[in-house]
Amino acid sequence: MAELQTNEGGGKKKGGGSKQKKMSVHVDFTPMVDMNMLLITFFMLCTSLSKPQTMEINMPSNDDKIKTEDRTKVKQSQAITLVLSGGDSIFYYTGQPDYKDYNSLKLSSYKPSGIRTLLLSRNTEAVSKINVLKQKKLELKISQKDFTDQVAEIKNGKNTPVVIIKAADKATYMNLIDALDEMQICNIGKYVIDKITPAELFLLKNREKKGALTQNSDAKLNP
Amino acid sequence: MSKVKVARKSTLIDMTAMSDVTVLLLTFFMLTSTFVKKEPVQVATPASVSEIKIPDTNILQILIDPMGKVFMSLDKQADMVETLNKVSGELGMSFTPEEIKTFKLQKTFGVPMKSMKAFLALKPEKQDEILKDYGIPTDSTDNQFKAWVRCARATNPDLRIAIKADSKTPYKVIKDVMNSLQDLRENRYNLITSLKKESAN
Repeated sequence: MAELQTNEGGGKKKGGGSKQKKMSVHVDFTPMVDMNMLLITFFMLCTSLSKPQTMEINMPSNDDKIKTEDRTKVKQSQAITLVLSGGDSIFYYTGQPDYKDYNSLKLSSYKPSGIRTLLLSRNTEAVSKINVLKQKKLELKISQKDFTDQVAEIKNGKNTPVVIIKAADKATYMNLIDALDEMQICNIGKYVIDKITPAELFLLKNREKKGALTQNSDAKLNP
Repeated sequence: MSKVKVARKSTLIDMTAMSDVTVLLLTFFMLTSTFVKKEPVQVATPASVSEIKIPDTNILQILIDPMGKVFMSLDKQADMVETLNKVSGELGMSFTPEEIKTFKLQKTFGVPMKSMKAFLALKPEKQDEILKDYGIPTDSTDNQFKAWVRCARATNPDLRIAIKADSKTPYKVIKDVMNSLQDLRENRYNLITSLKKESAN
């Protein structure tokens, strides 16, 4: 391959010419391979082959001009509020909490057996519909576009729960991502990240003190 | 006589095939590679099941380290220069062409405007070293972060905002950043995460 045979005109030469006939020019590729290997190593170390994943979120507007009546109202029976607190703890309450009863704020966990079970049980209808769709997609009965359209429709259906995520200052970014992840896993289309209110902070504190603050609850109810 | 001939035989291995393979591999890596950006702080992003990939261009990346320092990066140098000009114009500052040139070469920026001139005068190695001690101010009295985002948006309307934060970052810092973004009516943005394999079942 990498050799040039220099056997031209051998017949015309006499005597000593026979040595030249056999000579071939070998090009040594070893340094070239060395260099290539170095370059490959460099590129392998310097590249990020896998692009980072991303989560798209829409936040509610901070605009003060939006009137109270324009804000989206959520049915009490459909609302689940997750309160993320420090130390990887997560609490939840459904609908309106009872400020007098510190146990209305229930402790859950980020484990599959924790908040996910709750959300899935509240969202069984949508989850089962989406599972059917997924199966159809696996069997190539519907296209990707139809699939995403229908999933979006189911997620925003009438009887799906609305999740409000409120994080305390002590919570970490990972807690927030984990909570958002659960939304995705449980096929919840309607969720929002909201600011924590003094009422929720009171609930957290009251729970910590096992109801010692209950008598002050009236003051906290209408801040 | 025949013994001498055997001794003369050279043991050259033909490297041509090897070379072919390496060149192929090299080409593959060169074409597929996107270089890892140099970041002033190490950030371990939390894992999520989300599978949307982040686009390559028109990204305004907001980097938040565990201590709550905020850095930013833009992918186009022209945008960076334009943004710097707008921000400095708002604050009544001006930069020399040399300073702008130095700024343009920054991969990530995050220095308060009042220290910007001194920072840009430093040697590049020194800049890398001290950049991690700075961070864009996000407090309500001197919210330069807002100014940067607003000017970047004015420069390039197609920008997508991506937040990359360490998993240990307290939510308070994230909240401040998100609030600033909401004040600017930037209600859509991306959170950068790494992949986690987990299914609903």
